[in-house]
Amino acid sequence: MNTRTSTETAPSGGGDLMVRVWRGAEAGGFQDFATPRRANQTVLDVVTEIQREQDPTLAYRFACRVGMCGSCAMVVNGRPRWTCRTRVAQVEENGLLTLEPLRNLPVVKDLAVEMEPFFQKWTQAHGYFEPGAHPAADFAPVAPSAPERREADAGIECINCGVCYSACDVVSWNPDYLGPAALNRAWTLVNDVRDQGQDARLAAVSGDAGCHSCHSHMSCTEYCPKGLAPTFSIAGLKRATTKRIWRGGR
Amino acid sequence: MSIAHTHLRAARRKPGFLAAVLHRASGVALAIFLPMHFIALGTALGGADKLESFLAITHYWPVRVAEWGLVSALALHMALGLRVLAIEFLSLRTRTGALVGACCAAAIAVGLAFLLSGA
Repeated sequence: MNTRTSTETAPSGGGDLMVRVWRGAEAGGFQDFATPRRANQTVLDVVTEIQREQDPTLAYRFACRVGMCGSCAMVVNGRPRWTCRTRVAQVEENGLLTLEPLRNLPVVKDLAVEMEPFFQKWTQAHGYFEPGAHPAADFAPVAPSAPERREADAGIECINCGVCYSACDVVSWNPDYLGPAALNRAWTLVNDVRDQGQDARLAAVSGDAGCHSCHSHMSCTEYCPKGLAPTFSIAGLKRATTKRIWRGGR
Repeated sequence: MSIAHTHLRAARRKPGFLAAVLHRASGVALAIFLPMHFIALGTALGGADKLESFLAITHYWPVRVAEWGLVSALALHMALGLRVLAIEFLSLRTRTGALVGACCAAAIAVGLAFLLSGA
């Protein structure tokens, strides 16, 4: 599939922006579009303009447009990014943008992927707060300077965009691997002093598809749009699960 | 989107992937060398003459080239291993490409030093 669609004249000079967009599902091909350059336009702006002005059948996903919801991630010129906060001028290569759906997730259509496996991994990694059978009746005092609080703070701002999951080579090799986001979430909960489910969580993240499968390629940390460091969270889980073995856990 | 297409584009962007491949390949090379190293040491049990006759083969140029390769592989394996340790225990956060490049440069430097030393 290689049809080129012409559009209006570029208002700011420099010619149109050429955009190669993945069309189809797992099988498919690239379709070329030309869109006008606009001041400060983001990659999401470009996709939206293509869909509204040239091809309404183009499927993609977005919601907030301000970097909060994590729904607009795509692979832009070979690198997974949040498209609402990525300006075209930063990433275009010789006037060309190549847009693909996130890797390591089933493609629903065009640029939209099925996120269900991604969130299933969060559940498998016990990425949810476990208050226990008898939760404390009062607030737990947690000092901002406490080491556990600092560790949790470092990873808590994840917006579930899937960029790290898409960038991870280990997920590509082993589809069962829990992935950086789920393990990062588990690490924030390991450092939650109120949580009562630590033993089960550490057991869940220490299997064949758990934290010890991480090869420290650092792609998740390099590509995370929020500047988080899942690699370090996973390293923390490696240490915590190893200590658990020494304490007699399995 | 073929599998090859996906992996080629991914590898182009990921120096961490290259680092892991180099780390493992150099590790395999060292693992293959280690038994031969012990065999060489074992010849000493039969006396100095046996060891010397065995060591004589190290004067041939293909063996010298292999020695240079092994020294370089050892240096590369150590540098990339230190990188992993620094990431996992010191939370070292720097540009992966620059760090992997520095590891490769260190290995090349050690290899050159080996050649220049005339060992």
